[in-house]
Amino acid sequence: MHIAEGFLPPVHAAAWTAAAAPFVVHGVASLTRAVRADPDAKLLLGASGAFCFVLSALKIPSVTGSCSHPTGVGLGAVLFRPPVMAALGTITLLFQALLLAHGGLTTLGANVFSMAVVGPWVGYAAYRAVRALTARMSESASLGAGVFAAAFAASLSTYTVTSLQLALAFPDAAGGVGGAFVKFASIFSITQVPLSVIEGLVTVVIVRLLTTVGRDQLLRLGVLRGSGPAQPATSGEAV
Amino acid sequence: MSTETEGRARPRAWATWALVAVAAALAALPLLIGAGSHLEEPFAGADGQAEETIQEIAPSYEPWFSPLYEAPSGEIESGLFALQAAVGAGIIGYALGVLRTRRRAGPAPEPADPGGGDGRAPAADS
Repeated sequence: MHIAEGFLPPVHAAAWTAAAAPFVVHGVASLTRAVRADPDAKLLLGASGAFCFVLSALKIPSVTGSCSHPTGVGLGAVLFRPPVMAALGTITLLFQALLLAHGGLTTLGANVFSMAVVGPWVGYAAYRAVRALTARMSESASLGAGVFAAAFAASLSTYTVTSLQLALAFPDAAGGVGGAFVKFASIFSITQVPLSVIEGLVTVVIVRLLTTVGRDQLLRLGVLRGSGPAQPATSGEAV
Repeated sequence: MSTETEGRARPRAWATWALVAVAAALAALPLLIGAGSHLEEPFAGADGQAEETIQEIAPSYEPWFSPLYEAPSGEIESGLFALQAAVGAGIIGYALGVLRTRRRAGPAPEPADPGGGDGRAPAADS
């Protein structure tokens, strides 16, 4: 989903940067607030950012015969809500733009908008929807389904937004923006379907591990629903 | 993994391993069925394909900015990618290790009550 350096016309590059900037600023503020409110959360915040770092470094082959990479933004969106991922995702994209020549500074705004803004929000929406729909299932099944949906939707929507961004910048001579979108989406989105499934599964695995070792943290974040062994659900904040 | 029967909803280890296996199989499948073998450049990056499509649609478009730093060879680039993954994996491993140790040490000085239900903790304080 990295739009390469210089591959968006200046006006588009500026517009996407302007669109992404407020989300990133808000994201950094949410990040600092989350750390201040609960210094213990640093551990999982770090893990969420690191997960994004790992997954976006992995190029995975797809049935379309091309390779692409997952985004890893679904986990943090579920654990800490989407704004935090706007900050963490931007760090990842900046690293890749500066050191790996993947993406770029002029296209950073567009890439941030797809991977660190739209992806996490769509993923979070999918998570909430699935959690509501599966509320009657066992907590572990419901959480697994919700997390899978979040990661899958975040990954796929990221690439769909990238396709749209490119289509807007480079409308097809014959088919216009729609025609170009089909072309770009057939490269990005279709390749991404199996990768999104993989990303969903891997994210579920991480959350299962976290549930095993960090149950209290997940309860405190409200990711795991309470009703644990005799814990009254009073949300008293003692610091 | 320990199989304590404490409370409910402790994920089963075998199911976790099964998920890992399915993910690995999905990643390996395209290679096994030779999904890329009909292509000139099998398993090329989608990012690069998009660049080609841009040049098809707008042949006159010239990228107006180039990366500040470009790895001088594929080796160095793959090294940096490995570094990215290694740093991330290290942090995740550290976090899991710390959490596990804390859990083993027992319910020690946990300051805050778990906010049950939909209430999320990091909201109050500023």
